[in-house]
Amino acid sequence: MPSLEQYQSRDLVAALVREIERLAPVEAPVKIMHVCGSHEHSLSQWGLRSLLPPQVELIAGPGCPVCVCPEHEVREALAVARRGALLLTYGDMLRVPTSEGSLLDAAAQGADIKLVYSPADCVRQARENPGREVCFFAVGFETTAAPTAALVQAGPPANLSVLTAHRLTPPAMALLLRSGEIEVDALIAPGHVSVVIGAEAWRPLVTEFDLPCIVAGFEPVDLLLAVREILRQLRQENAALGNVYRRLVKPHGSAKAQAALARTFDVRPSVWRGLGELPDTGLLLQERFDELNARVRFDLRISAESAEMPAGCQCNRVMLGQIKPPECGLFRSACHPLRPYGPCMVSQEGTCYIWHQYGGQVA
Amino acid sequence: MCLAVPMKVTAVTSDEVVVELHGVTQRARRDLLDEVAVGDHVIIHAGYALTVLDEAEAESTWALFDELQPGDADAQS
Ligand code: SF4
Repeated sequence: MPSLEQYQSRDLVAALVREIERLAPVEAPVKIMHVCGSHEHSLSQWGLRSLLPPQVELIAGPGCPVCVCPEHEVREALAVARRGALLLTYGDMLRVPTSEGSLLDAAAQGADIKLVYSPADCVRQARENPGREVCFFAVGFETTAAPTAALVQAGPPANLSVLTAHRLTPPAMALLLRSGEIEVDALIAPGHVSVVIGAEAWRPLVTEFDLPCIVAGFEPVDLLLAVREILRQLRQENAALGNVYRRLVKPHGSAKAQAALARTFDVRPSVWRGLGELPDTGLLLQERFDELNARVRFDLRISAESAEMPAGCQCNRVMLGQIKPPECGLFRSACHPLRPYGPCMVSQEGTCYIWHQYGGQVA
Repeated sequence: MCLAVPMKVTAVTSDEVVVELHGVTQRARRDLLDEVAVGDHVIIHAGYALTVLDEAEAESTWALFDELQPGDADAQS
């Protein structure tokens, strides 16, 4: 098996960059959007943008589930924690700012909030605290929704409930492309979302918008292969679905994960922070799981608010690829990873956070 | 984060796999996998093994790179 180092090979990167230079259009810029915080992390960490010709632009899209989690869902988690339950969530959620403060602020005031790496940790915590309500605040796209579905399907302990904030990526991208809020020439599809849903899940976007869409992995060679394939297709004016991550992504994805998702969730409209309500992009627990649904168990009645972004934060425009983080006047001044003002500065998958760490253009 | 690197399966139990990378082992749920065997490589996300690496595809991707490898590759590294 080729080792990881080979996907990071300097020679292969150099050879791919030469091909990309040859294939790049001479004048018109090409805008390529990815939809994955981990792709942005790789691009920035490896400084890949600095290797590409200036007319090939790689833009981060709405690929950070923590960033698009609306304030009212964090406030639901705050409400559960304030009622004395043990609240468990992924680390990135702790510092998401809301009008009522963050989960970390609540913890400082005495709420019992712990971070977990896996739904399996939640089962362990529930068993260790048998007399207590334990609630898992589960946030993420398809890749993370599948483990939550597996947890629900396995029949969790009676004192464990689930507060879900899971969202679907291809329908959201379709809506944002259709509305014209996102304007790009090609897409790089997220690798591990596609492990679950399959490369074919992106085909409707290729058909409707006549865009090349390439599923890619996370190593430098993976990402450059995707760029090369996109430029080839644009040159031949033949937009198609591609998959340069076939070692892990199958055309139809994981049947077992999809079955778990279908047996656990209903597809519903969902509010994306800064982007508004998008139909058919949310995964809500099916009614037959009301007993373990935290929204039912704790009778949560917190509705979406209109002001979703802290005043002056432009995360929505960052997530749509309309501006880059340094174009926000608060970037690295009022908004900093130590004191995040907007959601994109909180998560390790947030574009502002990643650009703060690595500079975005160069590593 | 999805920067999951494939990890080698060293043991399979009724509901978990034990995986290893660079000498570090961990356990992961295998609810979402169809079949898995010792020696397979899997990626783990949120404590669940998501899929088994297709070794044949990995090899064939690699073969593609032969077309790219310039003759003077060694000189550049
Ligand atoms: S720098 Fe901060 S305030 Fe500005 S867009 Fe990014 S997260 Fe929002």
